[in-house]
Amino acid sequence: MSEDIILPSATSLSKLTIHDTSKTGFGYNPAIGPISNSITSETSSILINKRTITLSSAPSIYERNITNKKPVEINLSSLSFLFCEIVNWTHGQSRGIHDLEMKLNKLGYSIGQRYLELIKLRDGIKLNKRDLKIIDILHFIHGSFWKSIFGKHANELEKSQDVPNEYMIIENMPLLAKFINIPKDYADLNCGAFVAGIIEGALDSAGFYVNVTAHSVPMDGFPLRTVFLMKFDQSCLIRESIH
Amino acid sequence: MSRKAVGDDIWKNNVEKINSELFTLTYGSVVAQLCRDFNNNYHEVNNQLDKMGYNIGLRLIEEFLAKTGVRRCQTFKETSEVISKLGFKIFLNIQPTIENWSADGKSCSLILPEPNPLTEFVELPITADDKIAKELWYSQILCGVLRGALQMVQLDCDVQFVKDVLRGDDRTELRLKLNKILKDEVPAGED
Repeated sequence: MSEDIILPSATSLSKLTIHDTSKTGFGYNPAIGPISNSITSETSSILINKRTITLSSAPSIYERNITNKKPVEINLSSLSFLFCEIVNWTHGQSRGIHDLEMKLNKLGYSIGQRYLELIKLRDGIKLNKRDLKIIDILHFIHGSFWKSIFGKHANELEKSQDVPNEYMIIENMPLLAKFINIPKDYADLNCGAFVAGIIEGALDSAGFYVNVTAHSVPMDGFPLRTVFLMKFDQSCLIRESIH
Repeated sequence: MSRKAVGDDIWKNNVEKINSELFTLTYGSVVAQLCRDFNNNYHEVNNQLDKMGYNIGLRLIEEFLAKTGVRRCQTFKETSEVISKLGFKIFLNIQPTIENWSADGKSCSLILPEPNPLTEFVELPITADDKIAKELWYSQILCGVLRGALQMVQLDCDVQFVKDVLRGDDRTELRLKLNKILKDEVPAGED
């Protein structure tokens, strides 16, 4: 057997002479050392025309501190104006009240996912625990989650006596509905669907699969009072009964 | 009282405030949804954001005038000062700096501080083609707001972004250009 077959690469390397130049401009020739060190017109054009994506765009948002940042405040009107335009745009895009509420819910959903992560990241360092029971996570949503977002706790947290998987969070003065006047022919519409989406996104991300809907239930002195009805998936109840 | 002090005072005592993060995430959710709705046609997204901003501007000016009680500005320089020290302060709690005046005093740049309530937590997705970074103006809604609000006080302006930190620029710069001063129109039936 010839040497070529046993050690092909070593032989071919050893056959290289100082006159062999690399085709790509990169590589190692033992006769002259690393070829890429010498920049020729050919190699420079490779380096210049190489298509890359910059991954190190400085300064990255991930380097910012989010855990002990002082909360920044802005005007409630700014959010209300924005929300009004959101409802306006969504309304133009949708076929009927139910579709509109679905779309608002969807917009809120992605906010809930992110907010849960943000608040848990901030809290987690202090408390270092995870909510495993429906009642625990609901206390969290009704309490510190609500407070982080809306600046106050929600008014009430209730459990249905008839249906085992139904819970309710009740808000007497919904922040976002404050400047919204629902026209008569849209009487059923509740823009709280957006907030329902936030709750749904947060609970789903926490592993409590749920459907959340918003319903107007006015009371004396609280014309905008809204009930967020949460219907948990059966799998949550089964898990609950095992533990 | 200087304009800055007036702005700070109104902000402190006469504005109902909320946590800016809800605003940030809400705006982000909208921009993301628009990108999906328009199938990543970012020019359309910019247009839509501008339109939404314009609608906001038309109504926002009323609250602005009611809260600040400012009188008609004598020069465009004064206007820009009011926009930064009062307008941005009251609604977004930031005060952009104004620079780069053109020789005729009709256009200038607003430099937005970073991070601001619109762009916190935000980065444009890193993709193989840099279409989004070349075409999308993430905070375009601000242009619409300024255009709408200024139009309501008879100032016809062009407002556009020229630089954005999200695109990898060194700063976020908004260009404001006064086209003409519209004629006061007295509504029919009023003196």
